[in-house]
Amino acid sequence: MLYRSVTAVLAAAAAACAFTGVAAATDLEVTHWWTSGGEAAAVGEFAKAFDATGNRWVDGAIAGSGGTARPIMISRITGGDPMGATQFNHGRQAEELIQAGLMRDLTDIATKEKWTEIVRPKSLLDSCTVDGKIYCVPVNIHSWQWLWLSNDAFAKAGVPVPKTWDEYVAAAPALEKAGIVPLAVGGQPWQAAGAFDVLMAAVGGTDAFLKVYKDKDKDFAAGPEIAKVFKAADDARKMAKNTNVQDWNQATNMVITGKAGGQIMGDWAQGEFQVAGQVAGKDYTCLPGLGVNPVIATGGDAFYFPLLKDPEKAKAQEVLAETLLNPQTQVAFNLKKGSLPVRGDVDLNAANDCMKKGLDILAKGDVIPWTDQLLSQDSQKQKEDLFSEFFAKQDMSIEDAQKRFADIIASAD
Amino acid sequence: MVVRRVNARQHIDERSPMSESQTRPPSRLLRNLNAKIASIPMILTAVVVFAGGTAWTVLYSFTNSKLLPRLNFVGLDQYTRLWAAPRWLVSIENLLIYGVLSLIFSLVVGFVLAALLDQKIRFENTFRTIFLYPFALSFIVTGLVWQWLLNPEHGIQSVVRGLGWTSFSFDPLYNSEIVIYGILIAALWQGTGLVMCLMLAGLRGIDEDIWKAARVDGIPMWRTYLFIVIPMMRPVFVTTLVIIASGIVKVYDLVVAQTSGGPGIASEVPAKYVYDYMFFAQNLGQGFAASTMMLLSVVIVIVPWAYLEFGRRRRA
Repeated sequence: MLYRSVTAVLAAAAAACAFTGVAAATDLEVTHWWTSGGEAAAVGEFAKAFDATGNRWVDGAIAGSGGTARPIMISRITGGDPMGATQFNHGRQAEELIQAGLMRDLTDIATKEKWTEIVRPKSLLDSCTVDGKIYCVPVNIHSWQWLWLSNDAFAKAGVPVPKTWDEYVAAAPALEKAGIVPLAVGGQPWQAAGAFDVLMAAVGGTDAFLKVYKDKDKDFAAGPEIAKVFKAADDARKMAKNTNVQDWNQATNMVITGKAGGQIMGDWAQGEFQVAGQVAGKDYTCLPGLGVNPVIATGGDAFYFPLLKDPEKAKAQEVLAETLLNPQTQVAFNLKKGSLPVRGDVDLNAANDCMKKGLDILAKGDVIPWTDQLLSQDSQKQKEDLFSEFFAKQDMSIEDAQKRFADIIASAD
Repeated sequence: MVVRRVNARQHIDERSPMSESQTRPPSRLLRNLNAKIASIPMILTAVVVFAGGTAWTVLYSFTNSKLLPRLNFVGLDQYTRLWAAPRWLVSIENLLIYGVLSLIFSLVVGFVLAALLDQKIRFENTFRTIFLYPFALSFIVTGLVWQWLLNPEHGIQSVVRGLGWTSFSFDPLYNSEIVIYGILIAALWQGTGLVMCLMLAGLRGIDEDIWKAARVDGIPMWRTYLFIVIPMMRPVFVTTLVIIASGIVKVYDLVVAQTSGGPGIASEVPAKYVYDYMFFAQNLGQGFAASTMMLLSVVIVIVPWAYLEFGRRRRA
């Protein structure tokens, strides 16, 4: 009886479903996290340009932010199911994938297309370079160094629109009296950390910024110069006390509606002003470098190409890499995205006042690398934890915060 | 994740000693062969995925793995850093407050509700449904609902102020000191119904004759509950405790939906630390170290208890 039932149980079948996706040779899947209205329109320009070359752009948009999308992209690459191309922020996010030999070396194409000559500023290509080889195509420059001010709010408070950070801090009591939140900082951790880095570059200056984030000089980070930056950050958190919103675009919306005096946020905030039908200079004012130290940080987005076995697809990758840097594509994409193009030889007549300010600074070469390029994601996260706590806890002392900041810099890599 | 596995195994363990004691030596291996063969996939999953995954995680928590796991040992560095991180300490403190309070309140409230429903009231089904209904919602939905309810501009505060009490202030989610209680409220709202149902099932399992005997002896109802019924419901309490405890340790989605850890880092919890450091910070080593500490804390609580519980039963 026993054995009979054993044989019965052993009658099992395994169905192996070998599924081979036979795609047309020139289909290329591109993953990215550009899903908001303006972003989707911008990425559509890339798709259009790539389709025009006779290949087909298969859109692999991943909803959520970079924080949600990156783990998915990375696990696909490490898990042996690589896409044709993928977005990352240029900097150190893909560093380990490159070291593990999973990404494609683009040096040949770069030499052929003379990327070193056309891509500006040079630091963009540097952050794509590992051991002398180029692994990514930078497509835009997004800079954090902007203070967006609501002209309405200042008119209501009866003070002139400030031209520098100090004037802004001085105007804060008047704004508060008029029932306006002086500075909008949303609750997401990266916003507080980003605002601090902007203050570091503006109040501390370019040298201090580089000394802390590039050289990771912990004594300097604990010193009196950085104490000044923390003093400014203390002002900022007092001004931001009553923000009570989470997302950055909600905070931007407070500026648009005149509920807040201003916001420190990257140039992507400009898209929100545009959608709301506001005009730069008339409805809102932008101060690059907080009006103190007009520099542009060269963060932004880049495309990386995983190493593929299929030669047809590899060829399509090359075509895509060229297309991304094509002058027409660059203009079409960046106008929709609100970012600055990575090549200086393109014509941006359609750019608005704020974008033109940015282009001027870029032309002068007043650029700094951004923390995404200088610090690992790990250090960035620790910094976010610190500053989200600092901005939320008004009673946390400046000295404590600076000491913890210096510790993070000391262990940063 | 790790925690849930431990608890799942706990359930299995609860039953196995008794069935083993019934098996007679000679045919022991071949007895119930069908069942044994049928459970091979589950055994493999348990050993390879659960135990193997746990061992792998613990091993790599001693390395400096960043984005990709690498066997580059750094000793206890990740743990030193973990226990020096203010955010981790806040997370642990929050978990303790949340854990102890939610354990006490969901057991007490759940039992009281069950006892009230057990009084042969009318519309019992309706009440039971109402109380259990929140459990049908995911933590994400619960979190969003309570985020709105506790929002000072749209929620309870504005309603009460609208009724005339203009100085009324109730904004737990925007106050670092009490934000964890705001999360606790939502968790209790969601979870108490289930505890109530388990308790009610337990109460229904108590023989009517015991109630009659107690009544004959003139024991007041509250004493009957406290000293006779509750001790008899021990197995139900154990099951409930395991369910609540595993829910506590793995709390994550509720916090993400309600506050995403804010204001600042005031409502962070360990599971969120693990996730953020593994995926946002691209520091697997740190995330593994934190998850190992979570496992360890569960083991510290469970092992002595399991020893007492099952050790005694085997001897009996």
